[in-house]
Amino acid sequence: MLVDFFLHLKARQLPVSTNELLALLEALQARLVSASLDDFYLLARAILVKDEAHYDRFDRAFGEYFKGVEALPGFEALIPEEWLQLAARRHLSEEDRLKLQKLGYEKLFEQFKQRLAEQKERHAGGSKWIGTAGTSPYGHGGYHPEGIRLGGDSVGNRTAIKVWEQREFRNLDDTVELGVRNIKVALRRLRRFARQGAATELDLDGTIAGTARNGGWLDLQLRPERHNAVKVLLFLDIGGSMDDHIQACEELFSAARSEFKHLEHFYFHNCVYEGVWKDNRRRHDERLSTWDVIHTYGPDYKLVLVGDASMSPYEVSHPGGSVEHWNEEASAVWLQRLLGTWSKAVWLNPLPEGHWTYTPSIRMIRELFGERMFPLTPEGLERAMRSLAK
Amino acid sequence: MKFEGTDTYVATADLTMAVNAARALQRPLLIKGEPGTGKTLLAEEVARALNLPLFQWHIKSTTKAQQGLYEYDAVSRLRDSQLGDPRVEDISHYIVHGVLWQAFECEQPSVVLIDEIDKADIEFPNDLLRELDRMEFHCYELHRTITAKHRPLIIITSNNEKELPDAFLRRCFFHYIKFPDRATMQRIVGVHFPDLKHELLKEALEVFFELREVPGLKKKPSTSELIDWLKLLLAEDIPPEALRSKEAKAAIPPLHGAMLKNEQDVHLFERLAFMARRKS
Repeated sequence: MLVDFFLHLKARQLPVSTNELLALLEALQARLVSASLDDFYLLARAILVKDEAHYDRFDRAFGEYFKGVEALPGFEALIPEEWLQLAARRHLSEEDRLKLQKLGYEKLFEQFKQRLAEQKERHAGGSKWIGTAGTSPYGHGGYHPEGIRLGGDSVGNRTAIKVWEQREFRNLDDTVELGVRNIKVALRRLRRFARQGAATELDLDGTIAGTARNGGWLDLQLRPERHNAVKVLLFLDIGGSMDDHIQACEELFSAARSEFKHLEHFYFHNCVYEGVWKDNRRRHDERLSTWDVIHTYGPDYKLVLVGDASMSPYEVSHPGGSVEHWNEEASAVWLQRLLGTWSKAVWLNPLPEGHWTYTPSIRMIRELFGERMFPLTPEGLERAMRSLAK
Repeated sequence: MKFEGTDTYVATADLTMAVNAARALQRPLLIKGEPGTGKTLLAEEVARALNLPLFQWHIKSTTKAQQGLYEYDAVSRLRDSQLGDPRVEDISHYIVHGVLWQAFECEQPSVVLIDEIDKADIEFPNDLLRELDRMEFHCYELHRTITAKHRPLIIITSNNEKELPDAFLRRCFFHYIKFPDRATMQRIVGVHFPDLKHELLKEALEVFFELREVPGLKKKPSTSELIDWLKLLLAEDIPPEALRSKEAKAAIPPLHGAMLKNEQDVHLFERLAFMARRKS
């Protein structure tokens, strides 16, 4: 039986190995749990899952397997957050609660799937549709004796069905959440330590070897300290369509600042042309020539551009396409110059990867970058850093 | 004997399950969680509850795996040889035992805490694979293999600053201490302040969980910060009413410095409080 369970986890893309299955069987043999499914859930999670980012996936897989519930398309697609934002919480009287008829489990999921297919708009306060603060069994912040809670914190009625169905670890899934901390972890992939500068650290092994060679007289050896020697040029798109992504960019920037000793940053608007700037408040009077930037920083720098790359295709391909000024040369020419100077380069895009194909300018820039465009998620950042480290 | 938490440490069902499973199957237990949720404390409390000796190994960015096993103090030996000390003949005088050596040689089962393993170099966990798996290692200077007399319960904490290698994770059990909900928090506070006035506790928890909801905080206050804050409230003898006056002019909770550790957060919070006040 457990082999099937194991294969099911594997099919749900949980990184489990045979070793862990054996450990789980060993634990069962040692009678660590009695016949309780809740205990078994806790034990299996402690042994099989090694990353809190996978807790949510495990919860879903566990629920599917042990309730025989097929994978719901709705959980994959995730209900738009908007529906679930708490608009208002309706207070129900005791009488009302009793009136709510308890639906059976199977029926609940059946109906849920149906509603999901029918429902197209945000809904709050009703008794049938998925939404917030109502008495429908679906959604959150409301009350129904046997509800499925979708997103949001439990409001305290506590009638949700099982631990794993509460899906309280959803926001630890690493494909979604982005914070300074995650970014730092991802950026660390790029670390490359090297010894540079003044020799200030005692090299113990060197000293011992030197002393031995010296016939026993102490021969002190010093060496420079280890530093992260990676050099990064960061170009950030600012203004216009990027306003929606300010927070993500700020976090990326502050993480990069603390992580890299050699970090230079520049701003541009929509796409890189002949001028960039370092201080966004003085963007009109303190422009740097892009040529100067190209000539100043050597080829050992790694180039990171951050932008949504969403603009009119003419901005990329034609001279004079810029929305702000008359540019003599198309930005595609400038991008190629940048790529020619710094061969290690990536473009980070805060838009979700699934949307990229719909915007022609994103396709063009992606092509220019030889597919080295990555989404601004922890997982995308990691891929980007790996590409830079190659 | 099973671990069930102690009189000063509230362990949830999932945590005790993880600890007991790791203990029964003799695997290392990896603990992660938000800062301030009691990861390091766990090892101390497990050792206390089960009445076992505790060996602590706190990891820094410069820590090498070898230091947990043993170190050969070559410099002392060199000095002794130049001074003509007779001790120099026996190399074992210069082998300094590390935490794992001490735990392996211990006459009874023990608890080993490897604290903040993610602070060390990326290769650090890989260098400990065999030691954690087989609970033995070889000392080259003495030509002897040190094997654990009793396999210790190893508790490893991580703050997620680095990813740990797969091979290492495969050998561990894992538990993520999630942030306690209101009921658990009440139990935790009850354990630390048994005679706290019910009124004050209710108001304080209200303020605390509200504070955690403030959007955009760089560092959300955690359990340990709540405990500190309650200590201060008690020391200053703040009445519960002072916490309740939300609409009144004092929209900022007293002594909030214990919970917000970042000046940007304090500014943000003051701004929000100011806006809320203007609205009302």
